[in-house]
Amino acid sequence: MSTASQPTTAATPLVIPGSRAVLWLVGTVLLALAVYYFIGVDQGAVSVFGNDTHIHEFVHDGRHFLGFPCH
Amino acid sequence: MEKQIIGRGILAGALGGVLAFGFARIFAEPQIQQAIDYESGRDAAQQALDKAAGLPVEPEGMEVFSRAVQANIGIGAGIIFFGAAMGALFAVAYALYLGRAGQIRPRTLALLVAGGGFMGMYLVPFVKYPANPPAIGHEDTIQQRSSFYLLMVAASVLFLILAVWLGKRLQPRFGTWNATLIAGGVFIVATAIVMLALPQFGELATNRQLHQATETPAPLTDASGKIVFPDFPADLLFTFRLYSVGAQLILWATIGLVFAPLAERLLGGAPARRTTSTPRASVIG
Repeated sequence: MSTASQPTTAATPLVIPGSRAVLWLVGTVLLALAVYYFIGVDQGAVSVFGNDTHIHEFVHDGRHFLGFPCH
Repeated sequence: MEKQIIGRGILAGALGGVLAFGFARIFAEPQIQQAIDYESGRDAAQQALDKAAGLPVEPEGMEVFSRAVQANIGIGAGIIFFGAAMGALFAVAYALYLGRAGQIRPRTLALLVAGGGFMGMYLVPFVKYPANPPAIGHEDTIQQRSSFYLLMVAASVLFLILAVWLGKRLQPRFGTWNATLIAGGVFIVATAIVMLALPQFGELATNRQLHQATETPAPLTDASGKIVFPDFPADLLFTFRLYSVGAQLILWATIGLVFAPLAERLLGGAPARRTTSTPRASVIG
């Protein structure tokens, strides 16, 4: 996905090393996916908190508008 | 370094969410309200028909949050948290591609990753399963619709990652321009196959039973076939979907454009690093 439109003098300087960075990256992805799930999916098709619909109703407009399927 | 990148990504995402919320509040909320009014009007007409035909009438559901809360606070919280989450995912992708994407400036990489996020997380899935306003979508198919939508998101993100990998593999042989075109073509073909294989929402079993080919409400007719309530307004559907794309465009553009100078400052100001990062040369291409 690299482009030739930029001067080649300045490359992205460093590679993120493994090990400790991996924990941060994986943790961030999991947290972000949890937020994505609660805003987009929970209390619709599947529900963590049973029959309650508070999250669903609260973010209702956003859920439709961000492209998620809704009732 | 990864912590700074993640923090700036979340910040850019939340800011994008704030801007997208402003756009949504001004332009989309009136459309959403019209769709809800249509839904209520149609439900009332349906109830009147059922009552006239002697069928049992379903009681109306209780309101958990008022429309004012949903239209002002709920949508704001939803979009801003969504933006922060997308900013976080963006930051992780950015960190992983840093130094692995060939000869490219930090700010250019920011725009490319944001563009990839917009396409993978939203635009490509939207092509198959576009955003729908309230009143569209049968309650009994929510499970299937959610699964198919998330499957489409997962597939497009996966194909995007594979296309980037393929492009990098082909780059030494075909050059950057041709390698990008080939990888892009493979992405389009792979995505098209998945889109053809997945069903339209109108084809779901529940909808077939109801003899409807789409989930967009058709006109409501009485026993004699006379139309007593119109179908869902086409202009309203188009406008809602257009604004939905607009909001996501604002969100991802903000992520890219806000993160780009931050990354440039974070990474660009230390030329000494370029010579010390030995793995770079081996991962290019």
